[in-house]
This record gives sequence, structure tokens and C-alpha cells, in this order.
Amino acid sequence: MSKIFESEIKSNVEVAPAIFKLEIDAPELAKLSKPGQFAQIQLPSETFTLRRPIGIASTRKGVKMFYRVVGDGTKFLSTLKEGTTLNILAPLGNGFSMHYSHKILLAGGGMGLAPLLSVAEKLREVEVLIGGRNKDEVIFWIREFVHLPAVRSIFVTTDDGSYRYGRTGFVVDYLPEIMASSKFSAVYTCGPDVMMHGVALEAIANGLPCELSFERRMACGLGACLSCSIDTINGRKKVCKDGPVFDAKEFNWD
Amino acid sequence: MSKLLETEICGIKMNTPILAASGTFGFGEEFENFVELDKLGGVMVKCITLKPRTGNKGVRVAETSMGMLNSIGLENPGVEKFLSEILPRIKKYNMNVIVNISGSSVEDYGELAKLLDVDGVAAIELNISCPNVKDGGIIFGTNPKAASEVTKAAKKNTRKPVIVKLSPNVADITEIALAVEYSGADCISLINTLIGMQININTWQPTLGNITGGLSGAAIKPVAVRMVYQVANAVKVPVIGMGGIRNCADAVEFFLAGASAVAIGTANFTDPNVTMKIIADLENYLQSCGLENISEIVGKVK
Repeated sequence: MSKIFESEIKSNVEVAPAIFKLEIDAPELAKLSKPGQFAQIQLPSETFTLRRPIGIASTRKGVKMFYRVVGDGTKFLSTLKEGTTLNILAPLGNGFSMHYSHKILLAGGGMGLAPLLSVAEKLREVEVLIGGRNKDEVIFWIREFVHLPAVRSIFVTTDDGSYRYGRTGFVVDYLPEIMASSKFSAVYTCGPDVMMHGVALEAIANGLPCELSFERRMACGLGACLSCSIDTINGRKKVCKDGPVFDAKEFNWD
Repeated sequence: MSKLLETEICGIKMNTPILAASGTFGFGEEFENFVELDKLGGVMVKCITLKPRTGNKGVRVAETSMGMLNSIGLENPGVEKFLSEILPRIKKYNMNVIVNISGSSVEDYGELAKLLDVDGVAAIELNISCPNVKDGGIIFGTNPKAASEVTKAAKKNTRKPVIVKLSPNVADITEIALAVEYSGADCISLINTLIGMQININTWQPTLGNITGGLSGAAIKPVAVRMVYQVANAVKVPVIGMGGIRNCADAVEFFLAGASAVAIGTANFTDPNVTMKIIADLENYLQSCGLENISEIVGKVK
């Protein structure tokens, strides 16, 4: 059940150009959250009308989130100091299924790695494919994933090839090789729609279950305003409430 | 709850004069964790049309300075599903369910009014002011004759009180208000959103998929207060005021301007609990003024 939390910022630091890691002191929220759920953060200023939906990336030592500065709201968020109280509506959405006992492949692009990190924390065995624009945008993710006991391997690819221990290209280019190299029970993905499309097709072609987490603009986060509705083969669904995680089978990929 | 805020508008008894505005509050149930729904004067539910609608394509919401634009485009499950699934489900909340309706023709409004003349519906609100659809809504709200015909069609087909929700996108709002009052409207609510637009300077494209959208939030409050004041002075039927209310002080302005009740919309997104805060603060305000009921401040602007 979602609630409103008044929680203090423990730290809010830039981990790559324009990308911030936000840590919040919210033990109850950490306990309530399931991997893949998100929070609606109210910006402490009368200037802003809408909350900002941000994925919950970790609940191990306090609540951790990552965000990219893309507009006035996230720019303001990035200026907030340790000790500032945030009004947070959370946890929201459904989250990933956590019933698989065998290895899961996590394939994420950019900020889409955040919800996958929360999965890696809670599952027994995962491999991770990290995609990003350049080395700055993948290194901090590698640091987050590398020390988790469930993480068996990390594969990295950058659009510009600037991370020299990884590949050059997109997540979908690297994926077939990784899928062939090991036995997975499912693929979880989050990132740009075009990337998730490619991942879903590849998973389906390999006969693997696939779950995708969507990012959409939202106003309420509670399923009321319908800003984030999408088409599925089972009719209209709300990304904020019915999602953000959907089974790839819910879409017609042709 | 004290009697300070009790009120009655066109036969609808309300525990408080604080309602939730259509399109911002779903069917009420989405807010059950945050709001004591029976404390509200009513919930104006998401707009219902005869057939289900999927709404507009592309980006449907954008923040603006002190407000937001939306172009949802009246996505809703249609009246049939509302009656068979949603209404039975939300009856348990003991709240006044005010059903906002929109049609593409005068006949649609009549038919919807007839279908919704059922137990569990407290009133019908005619949406003749949605700026986001081409085939209905605002075309009826910007022309006094059309507004009048739609009102008559609804009135003829239901025993429920009929509230008409006006568009601010007109030259003289009192002209429309007088036309719908003359045609039998039991109550007038205003304002719906103002038509607006935002352009992304990186892509040179409009932010919204629908190009234009409805502006709401704090930015529109002075326009709303002015229009409520004008309409309340022009008509005899009660007025429900709305437009950018975020707190008790904002609400009091609307009561003083002549609103018998107010609805909270966009502020529910900022804080899902805002209606409860406004109710508590409004009680304190009335007490501090030494008053016994909210009606004592309605229209009292000097």
C-alpha cells in the first residue's frame, strides 16, 4: 500500500555528468518496497505542480534512487542538500515478479538500470547487461552491481565505445550472444522503448519469459489522471498502477 | 464533524463544500488511502461518454510555470462499464458521486443523462468545456445556443440535479451562464481549463501530442476567481467554483466571490491529501472569524 513519507535526504551526489544518486532515510519505505516499484517525489518548492516519478533502485541501506537532470524539476532536485525533508508518495506500481528461482538476465539502458538494480538485490542469481551512451554513464552502474552476491556476470556496451572493457553498440546488438552463452529462466528489461522492443523480440525468439518496465510522464501516480495510459492486447493499462512492469506477452510486437 | 461546513446545493446534502474536480480524482477509489471520501462534498468522477474512448496519442501531460497542461482527451471506459462495474464498486464509500458526461451531439447528452438516472448517482455534470477533443465538449460550451440545447436535453431525461461546467475560453462567460440557467441548469460549475500550448526549444516541437492542451493549476486561479465572481452575480442558481485552488486561503477567495462550494483539481496531484487539509483549515478559518456556517461568507466580497 502506498503512503506519504516525510523523509530526510542522506546524500544527493552527482555520479556521472547530470546523473545523481539520491539516498533517503526511509526504513519503512525500504521494507514496503518491492523490486521495480517507484516513488513520486514532491519537490519542496511552490513553483512545481507535479511530483517527479523516480524508480526505487535499492532498499538495502536506506532507499536509493538515481535520476538524470532533464528539466527544471530535476535540476532543482539536484541542488537539495543532505538533511532536506522530501515528501514522497510511495511505493507505487506493481514491480517485477520475483518467483523465478533460476538465473535471470537483466538488460538495461541508461537510467533503466535503476529498477533492475533493485531486482539484483533480491534475487539469487542474475547476469546483467549494462548499456549506456558512454563510459561515464556505465561505470557508476558497474560499481552498484558488482558487489551484489547474486550478480554472476556483468556485460557492458556503450554507444560510442568509450568504455574499453565493453562492446561498442546497443544493448540489442549484444543480447543474442549473451542469451546463447548461458541458460536463463527469464529476461527483465528497462530502458528506452526502442531498446525494450528489441529485447522483448529476442526473448520471445528464445522462448523466454520477458518483463519490461516502462517510463512515462505521470501526474497522479495513482491511476486517476490517465496521463500514462498505454495500449496492451488486454486493453488500456495505466503504467503507474497496472505497471510499470508488464509481461512482453501483453503487447503485439509486430 | 462539526456543522460549520455542512451545506446543501440543489438538493445534494454535503458534509463539506469541498469537492474533487473531474479528471483529477479518477472515480474516488484511487485516493482511498489518502482521503476520507465521505468528508468530501462530492467526487466529480472522470468524464464518461457513451462509448469507451482511448484519448489522445503521444505526450498527454506537461508541467508549466505554476501549473500544468493536459491533453488526455477524455479517455474513459464508457457509460456501460461505468454502470455495471465502477458505480457498484464505489457505492461503499458513501460519497456524493457526481458523474461528469460529454457527448458528440445534443442527443448524446440526453441519452447519457437518462442512463445515469440511477441510484448511487447524486448529480450529473455536463462537460461542455473539454478543450482536448474535436468532436464534443467545448463546441457546446462556447456558444450560448448550443449550451442551452445540451442543458435542455439533459434536464428532459433525468430527475437528478444537472450541473453545467463552463469553459473559460469565451469572450463573455455570463452569456453562457445565463443561457444554461434559463434552460434549466440546477447549478453551474466553473472553470474548466484554459487552452494552452508548450513548445520544446530543443526539438522545436509542441510538448503535447495533441499540440494544445488544457491549462490548470495555480496559474489560472485569478481568472477563475474573476469568472466565478461574474457568474455568481449574474445567475440565481448556486455556483461551484474551481481553478487553481491549492489551500484554504485560495478556497476562501472563491467562497467570497460567490461560490457555494469549491472543487479541488490539479492540487490533488501535488498532494493527494490536500482536500483533507483544506477542510481542516477552513473550519479553523470560520471559527476564527466567529462564524457558524460556510454559507455566511458566500458572495460576501465587498
